[in-house]
Amino acid sequence: MKDKLRIALVGNPNTGKSTIFNALTGLNQKVGNFPGVTVDKKIGFSKLADGTSLEIVDLPGTYSLYPKSADETIVFEVLSDRNNTSHPDLVLIVADATNLKRNLLLYTQIADLGLPVIIALNMMDLAAKGNMEIDIDGLAKRLNVPVVPIAARKSQGIEELKKAIQYQTHASFQNPTIDVEVIAPGLIRAISDELNLSNPYVALQIAHQYKNIRYLTKPQISKIEGLEKQYHFHSQKSQAAETIARYNFINDILLDTVKYNSVALEENISNKIDHYLTHKIWGFVIFILILFAIFQSIFAWSEYPMYLIETVFVWFAEMGHRFLPEGALTNLLIDGVLAGLSGVMVFIPQIALLFAFISVLEDTGYMSRVTFMMDRLMRKVGLNGKSVVPLIGGLACAVPSIMSTRTIENWKDRIITIMVTPLVSCSARLPIYTLLISLVVPKKYVLGFINLQGLALMSLYVMSIMAAILVAWVMKGIIRSKIKGYFIMELPVYRMPRWNNVGITMFESVKTFVTQAGKVIIAVSIVLWVLASYGPSNKFEKIEQKYDAPGLKSQYSKSEIDRLIASEKLENSYAGVLGKSIEPAIKPLGFDWKIGIALITSFAAREVFVGTMATLYSVDGDATKMESVREKMAGAKNSSTGLPIFTVASAFSLMMFYAFAMQCMSTMAVVYRETKNIKWPLIQFTYMLVLAYTASFIVYQLLK
Amino acid sequence: MKLSQLKKGAKGIIKEFTDLEMSVKLMEMGCLPGETIRVERIAPFGDPIAISVSGYQLSLRKREASTIELI
Repeated sequence: MKDKLRIALVGNPNTGKSTIFNALTGLNQKVGNFPGVTVDKKIGFSKLADGTSLEIVDLPGTYSLYPKSADETIVFEVLSDRNNTSHPDLVLIVADATNLKRNLLLYTQIADLGLPVIIALNMMDLAAKGNMEIDIDGLAKRLNVPVVPIAARKSQGIEELKKAIQYQTHASFQNPTIDVEVIAPGLIRAISDELNLSNPYVALQIAHQYKNIRYLTKPQISKIEGLEKQYHFHSQKSQAAETIARYNFINDILLDTVKYNSVALEENISNKIDHYLTHKIWGFVIFILILFAIFQSIFAWSEYPMYLIETVFVWFAEMGHRFLPEGALTNLLIDGVLAGLSGVMVFIPQIALLFAFISVLEDTGYMSRVTFMMDRLMRKVGLNGKSVVPLIGGLACAVPSIMSTRTIENWKDRIITIMVTPLVSCSARLPIYTLLISLVVPKKYVLGFINLQGLALMSLYVMSIMAAILVAWVMKGIIRSKIKGYFIMELPVYRMPRWNNVGITMFESVKTFVTQAGKVIIAVSIVLWVLASYGPSNKFEKIEQKYDAPGLKSQYSKSEIDRLIASEKLENSYAGVLGKSIEPAIKPLGFDWKIGIALITSFAAREVFVGTMATLYSVDGDATKMESVREKMAGAKNSSTGLPIFTVASAFSLMMFYAFAMQCMSTMAVVYRETKNIKWPLIQFTYMLVLAYTASFIVYQLLK
Repeated sequence: MKLSQLKKGAKGIIKEFTDLEMSVKLMEMGCLPGETIRVERIAPFGDPIAISVSGYQLSLRKREASTIELI
């Protein structure tokens, strides 16, 4: 056995594939990309008892090697191309024991590719409860493949699985499943000769998929195209024949190895739950209540940890100012880097909670019920039941959500979903909302239990979703397409969420936020500090000279003069100049030049707003006395009128702007990658900016 | 009779498909000729429907269900 073994994890969706992945690798995983495509590549590492190190690649869940979406193409590519950097030594197929028939379809396809395989038969505990008897040894013998019974949620069988991996040799011994050659006899041989393939099923799959396989060269593709015409190959007919043959094979085996005693208990329970959760009235009431509970909890539960993080940073800044030598470097460190860092860290509790809730909804199977309930409604506005998941996922972050639209088979539905997903309030807007709401909405309870701030926040979220739906409806009329969409989706039985997975999702999302968004935010914070601390030509000197005048010195105290100098310096800094230059455009929205600066800096990423505010307000004013950003903003006054800058009107106007404007470089980059046309991100940016400006204008003028 | 005409709770056996493209996708998901189907639920707005087939539940739109002929 060699020292390093690469394993590909393959299976249907909802089979507990990710639970097994987590059980095998723990937190020892990383997310990368398959070269050239945007499919997330999850890799984990583990060690066997004999010291062999494992590299486990988690491939996207799929029902078949015939891809229904762009994501699934990667599975065949990785498994069939020996030169692929992820090509495995061994394939671990995860199959759901309670749903063996459909799960074995994928097994038979992969077995025929000729790679060494092991079957992890998951959910054995549920199969036993459902009065289903599976003859594991019989199954293993018939297929001539190691079959390891496991119950991943209960962590049963993981050690046995590792042993099976250890003892598996590098040759494949599985019995052939169907006679592949009879499906397209001449063509399979011709393609095999052309591409020098030894496996007939790889040749057949290539016959179906050659247009989308990236390791084929252009001449090869046109050669295959010619061969198909020559042999009168009909892809759908051939696929239908193959699927029927495979199911015949599977039925034959299951007849001898599985005994059903009665209908699965789990399914009965699921049916009862569904009676309420997808009910005409209760279904929607429950859905709204669940969303309501989620947002109330995010606000309530994150309050204390956020306060704690804030306090720690304030303490650090105080200590820094007290003990570090005064100078530009210290200021950069404390007012630039530390202030920016604090702006990132403080939102970890909220992001972790939101991702935790979303992962619970996915994990329990509730998300697919939402899809089921909403499909008709979504279709009316030009979306698709499957758009619900990206839209709800948009509550966390538009970037992964836009990537998840790849499950939508219909191009038009998918484009519209991509176009409106960034309208849904993502977690990056949450810091801005939280900050502004806490500034202008009193912390009161209505009817004894409804937190007024929570209510304001929820209204913003509801509004964002309604805006997304409305825009989708408009786009439905504009974008033309002839292709019919379809919707075939598994409704998995309800399961308890796997807390372990929820924990890992929380950890991973926070890690991504801190490393990805954090990098941008800290970089922008430093640039900002420089912009706010230095100004064009000799203006700064002139300010110093102006306040050096003896008349002023007698009029004001030393600290007052310092504050005046600082504020005038900021106004004349590069940042101030930039903010002021856009002030005329944003004045009708109730924004001053400082907000203008924040708008400019946060065009790269919304999260930067709070960091910008932190930097702007700690640079402005008494630098030795640290206050949290919120207090500083509450005290901020317009220098010409003396009125507070953050009023109900201007704060809500600002929230509208952040709600609608596309201020996220990452989203635009992803939209471009997913649509492969620069037109779409540009259209998106423009329509969102127009929407943002209009909404802010209306809100400010009404509330003023 | 078509699957789309089946009432909630009713059963049927798949005879054939009237659309080749749909049939490939449906068969992969376990809807094969000879399989028994039961309509478990209909979504609040009348579409899609949820069916039991091959030991699990599948949801599909009425338009797709209308391509499945029952015995």
